[in-house]
Amino acid sequence: MSVLVYTESEKGSFKKTALEVASYAKAIANQLGTTVTAIAINADDVSTLGNYGVDKVLSVKNAQLDKFNANAYAAAIKQAAESESSKVVVVSSSADSKYLAPLLAVGLNAGYASNVVEAPSNTSPFTVKRSAFTNKAFEIAQINTDVKIVGVSNNSFGLVENSGSASAEDFSPSIPELGVTVESVDKATDKVTIADAEIVVSAGRGLKGPENWGMIEELADVLGAATACSKPVSDLGWRPHSEHVGQTGKPVASNLYIAIGISGAIQHLAGINASKVKVVINTDPEAPFFKAADYGVVGDAFQVVPELIEKLKAFKAQQ
Amino acid sequence: MKILVCISHVPDTTSKINFTDGDTKFDTNGVQFVINPNDEFGLTRAMWFKEKQGATVSVVNVGGAETEPTLRKALAIGADAAIRVNTPATDAFSVAKQLAKVVKDGGYDLVIAGRESIDYNGGMVPGMIAGLTEANFVNNCINLEVDGTSAKAIREIDGGKETVSTSLPLVIGGQKGLVEESDLRIPNMRGIMMARQKPLTVVEPIDVSAETTSVSFEKPIPKGAVTLVSPDNLDELVSLLHNEAKVI
Ligand SMILES: Cc1cc2nc3c(=O)[nH]c(=O)nc-3n(C[C@H](O)[C@H](O)[C@H](O)COP(=O)(O)OP(=O)(O)OC[C@H]3O[C@@H](n4cnc5c(N)ncnc54)[C@H](O)[C@@H]3O)c2cc1C
Ligand SMILES: Cc1cc2nc3c(=O)[nH]c(=O)nc-3n(C[C@H](O)[C@H](O)[C@H](O)COP(=O)(O)OP(=O)(O)OC[C@H]3O[C@@H](n4cnc5c(N)ncnc54)[C@H](O)[C@@H]3O)c2cc1C
Repeated sequence: MSVLVYTESEKGSFKKTALEVASYAKAIANQLGTTVTAIAINADDVSTLGNYGVDKVLSVKNAQLDKFNANAYAAAIKQAAESESSKVVVVSSSADSKYLAPLLAVGLNAGYASNVVEAPSNTSPFTVKRSAFTNKAFEIAQINTDVKIVGVSNNSFGLVENSGSASAEDFSPSIPELGVTVESVDKATDKVTIADAEIVVSAGRGLKGPENWGMIEELADVLGAATACSKPVSDLGWRPHSEHVGQTGKPVASNLYIAIGISGAIQHLAGINASKVKVVINTDPEAPFFKAADYGVVGDAFQVVPELIEKLKAFKAQQ
Repeated sequence: MKILVCISHVPDTTSKINFTDGDTKFDTNGVQFVINPNDEFGLTRAMWFKEKQGATVSVVNVGGAETEPTLRKALAIGADAAIRVNTPATDAFSVAKQLAKVVKDGGYDLVIAGRESIDYNGGMVPGMIAGLTEANFVNNCINLEVDGTSAKAIREIDGGKETVSTSLPLVIGGQKGLVEESDLRIPNMRGIMMARQKPLTVVEPIDVSAETTSVSFEKPIPKGAVTLVSPDNLDELVSLLHNEAKVI
């Protein structure tokens, strides 16, 4: 009956979202008066999960699962849920988790609520709050099935430390036919991704051209942030598509979002609204973004950004 | 190749989102409905397959009669036939079960759906169709090539992309990249006229129960006014972000 949580790892170490979903699973387990079991796939130091409320870890080590495969991962999680008789399965909102969760829902015949932003307000009926209409509203949804899957929105719940310890158990699920084979992966490994970043530095058409992105990358570097851009910037080929954020691009739910030379069109705001604190730097005091921001600087990016970089470097040096 | 494109009928991206009936219903008053943007990229890719490799393209929506103009638009863009499953779409799993039935009955080789709908943002339907029909599944698909029964796709992952190989029958959750913005087609008069002659079949739903139900909606708490910092005093911005917002 324990709550099952899928804790994602990359090259053996848990991602931050794994610790967040573990914290979330612990909150549900407290509500239900049960324990938390995590399933970890090819992760190294599984005992760290104990610090976030996990009681037991089903540790899968299987070379076939070195590369992510939605079918195989969903099958492994399904078998873990069955062996634990779990009624609630918690996953993150990473691209991989969102890929496997619908397959898992079919496998477990479970209702699935994605983009959930809070612990359930009630466990019977099982009621959660999820973001919908691209962050323009929240939906209160009820999951009616016996087994339930909750997809937690990144950065919505946070990490909750717990002074427990987790026992580890080897778990060897049977792996179905993969169906989809990864041929190659093209990924910048030295950069934080928009999905994992606590801070995102984003720039728009106000930057005039791709040659001006040096200062944006430097600002991101100083802050340990990911870089993003508005849609026209990726459409113009100034920046890669993978940086396009907004309603039709990637969603952003960071702690801090810095928008530079972005007007704040409704479709842009929709995708980034889940970020907690928004800073806007724009020459036009009438730019709609100022209405959506917490802090604003009316000024020329080409002056403000280099100066802000210097100030931040000085600040970091003091820390 | 038989292609089925799943079309979600969604409020235009500029729509104001409001609710009625004690915040339990989405207020459609004055809202313009469109083909879900992710589905429009998918539909355009399907037209490419039809024109370059030979394929028949059907479009499908699960919804009430009010979605028919959206299906007609897909026909005007070039789809050959449309199907509407005559039941209100109220939860993703039920929608996926209706669509899985259409896929099985029609014997489609390739099902193109969107990565997510821009209204309910479930991101569930394509994967569920794949699970229910036991087809291969590629999500966040930004490129797709089909050769006979084998397929090569590129999928966006956090921080990059991944090239995968797979085979038909296949379901994809597609998005921009399948085609570019500039490839999207605005239906012309001829297309609109031809669309009137094309079949739009209404099929009755199968019996399914709702796995999830929507209880009510809330709007985010309105934001307080922005705190403006002078460009000559960026130390203050750093200090506010550190001491007040506590984000650096
Ligand atoms: C269906 C649909 C979906 C869309 N989806 C998205 C989406 O997902 N994401 C997205 O971003 N957009 C999306 N858009 C586009 C959106 O409507 C806007 O066109 C876009 O966000 C504008 O990008 P921008 O802010 O970079 O450019 P602009 O609107 O051109 O704004 C540039 C800003 O830079 C400022 N500026 C100029 N010079 C400087 C300077 N030197 N220093 C500082 N500021 C300066 C200007 O004052 C201006 O406010 C979508 C549109 C549609 C129709
Ligand atoms: C109370 C309530 C009322 C609703 N009323 C309506 C309504 O009147 N009309 C309506 O269309 N939706 C309505 N919906 C939305 C409906 O629930 C969604 O179609 C369904 O839940 C899937 O949404 P999703 O965001 O999970 O889809 P996602 O999984 O995010 O969608 C991904 C893709 O699946 C395909 N897809 C999704 N939904 C459909 C569909 N209905 N038909 C064909 N393909 C689809 C599309 O290719 C789409 O891009 C309503 C939802 C609620 C909660």
